Amino acid sequence: MYGLLTWTWTRAAAQYPVSMALLALSTAVFSALDAAAIALLFTRADRIAGFGVDEVLFLYGTSALSFTLSDILLGNTERLGHHVREGTLDVVLVRPVSPLVQIAAEEFSPRRFGKLIPAVAVLAVALARADVAWTPGRAAMVPLMVTCGAVIFGALWVLAAAVQLVLVESHGATKTLTYGGAFLTQYPMTMFARDFVRTATFVVPLAFVNWQPALYVLGRPDPLGLPGAARFASPAVAAALCAVAAAAWRTGLRHYRSTGS
Amino acid sequence: MPVPMIEAVEVAKTFRVRARRGGLRRARTAVRAVDGVSFAIEPGEFVGYLGPNGAGKSTTIKMLTGILTATSGSLRVCGLDPSRRRGALARRIGVVFGQRTTLWWDLPLRDSLALVRRMYRVEPAAHRARLAELTALLELAPFLDTPVRQLSLGQRMRGDLAAALLHDPELLVLDEPTIGLDVVSKATVRGFLERTNAERGTTILLTTHDLGDIERLCRRVMIIDHGRLAYDGGLDGLRRTVAADRMLVVELARPGPRIVLADGETGAGPIEAERVEGPRQWLRLPRAANAAAVVAALARDHEVRDIALRETGIEEVLAGLYRGDHAYWCSGRPVAP
Repeated sequence: MYGLLTWTWTRAAAQYPVSMALLALSTAVFSALDAAAIALLFTRADRIAGFGVDEVLFLYGTSALSFTLSDILLGNTERLGHHVREGTLDVVLVRPVSPLVQIAAEEFSPRRFGKLIPAVAVLAVALARADVAWTPGRAAMVPLMVTCGAVIFGALWVLAAAVQLVLVESHGATKTLTYGGAFLTQYPMTMFARDFVRTATFVVPLAFVNWQPALYVLGRPDPLGLPGAARFASPAVAAALCAVAAAAWRTGLRHYRSTGS
Repeated sequence: MPVPMIEAVEVAKTFRVRARRGGLRRARTAVRAVDGVSFAIEPGEFVGYLGPNGAGKSTTIKMLTGILTATSGSLRVCGLDPSRRRGALARRIGVVFGQRTTLWWDLPLRDSLALVRRMYRVEPAAHRARLAELTALLELAPFLDTPVRQLSLGQRMRGDLAAALLHDPELLVLDEPTIGLDVVSKATVRGFLERTNAERGTTILLTTHDLGDIERLCRRVMIIDHGRLAYDGGLDGLRRTVAADRMLVVELARPGPRIVLADGETGAGPIEAERVEGPRQWLRLPRAANAAAVVAALARDHEVRDIALRETGIEEVLAGLYRGDHAYWCSGRPVAP
């Protein structure tokens, strides 16, 4: 169903091919500037918190790819608050397809794939240059951590959408949770205060998006001294977050108040 | 006995409203938008759901379609609990909101309807036949390939009706389907709804402020006011109570005191003029009153220059009911059609 809806929207967007191409290009350029900023940072300092440029690029690449994948699939759910305010969610709710799917797929445009270009490029460079003793386990960890990361970010999108159902004006709060989260995981966690990292690891389990698995891939000890199992906990964390997000979404729908008339 | 299409027992919906009370202090109050409503609608009925703005009409509709969860009471639509089985129910009912479209703004109508077919999993052959039928009935052909945002309100409403009926639902719920439509579009929509109900046996529940809709279409009317059902009965019953109330306007030679008629003079209890404007006075005559006797009594006691007897329109009776003027209203309330 998601595929069908996105295809319909893609066809609608394809009515304006030039604008679609330009938008895709501009999206890619803006995302690439982010990666350039990291590279620039390293021209001033060789290492950030003990991590070399390739390792940081690896962190950036995996996180950006995870986030971009979740953004392409579910990023549109941040428009939910708009639907609640406009009352158009009522219309979505009388159709026999999950409202989450309908809103996520709404106005889907292939230009969203533009965001993938820099993420994939950075990750490719990082993987080619990073000094990693590759084992089958470490090689398998990379796609796994990207997938789990995407699922974790996806769960956060849904969680944020559920919050929007209840607090209509929460659009800003949602952004902090998701975009802020994406920013956080693009840098080595030791750069941030220790307490903050603890909170991030346990409260918003973003550290599992790439920090813990990256420690495994890069063969580094955990500065927090968490047991080694934590590095493989990403799928469990992703599953748990999904369960929480699903429950929150259902509760949100039951408490949806609609608007007048 | 057949299972009712809709069965509501003491359904209520309470909203918590936070009102700003200066600074950061907020007062929380509970507003009962729907306050214990009970009714049953049988398959094949055509029911009009009336009430003033804010009476709870839309809230009821939203609970019936599963958009809102009832605070208390039990609700069954097509034998399902709407809020728990919203998805399953959506396949069996059609919903049209007059105020907002269910179509996709940027897609041509034909694509919107194709998407609806996929969402409701209608077989392609059945879809083609149904689309052809709806295209003919609703005269959709001239604008099938126009994006929805470019359609006129009347065209959009016909498109919305087609989208709501493509999957051949058992129940059609319409929230103000004729709002803002011109006379011709209204006639098309009404004619179409009448045929759908008569030929397909589709149960239809419609809210409206347009009494033309009610008079033309609905055999049964439910009136909600302040969250409670104020009337539930046949349109005939409503008409009878309407016909019973007549307004007598007397113009006297000169302004005088308020006219009061004694019991013996009216045949239906004492009557007092309810409005006095200079030499003109308005007297409401209930069903049992003898108009001839009243006129005779007036002519005997006053110097009457002119007399007019007016039938009260359905609109005035509803306005009286909406104002909470229940004396205006019939004393006995029909319970079932």
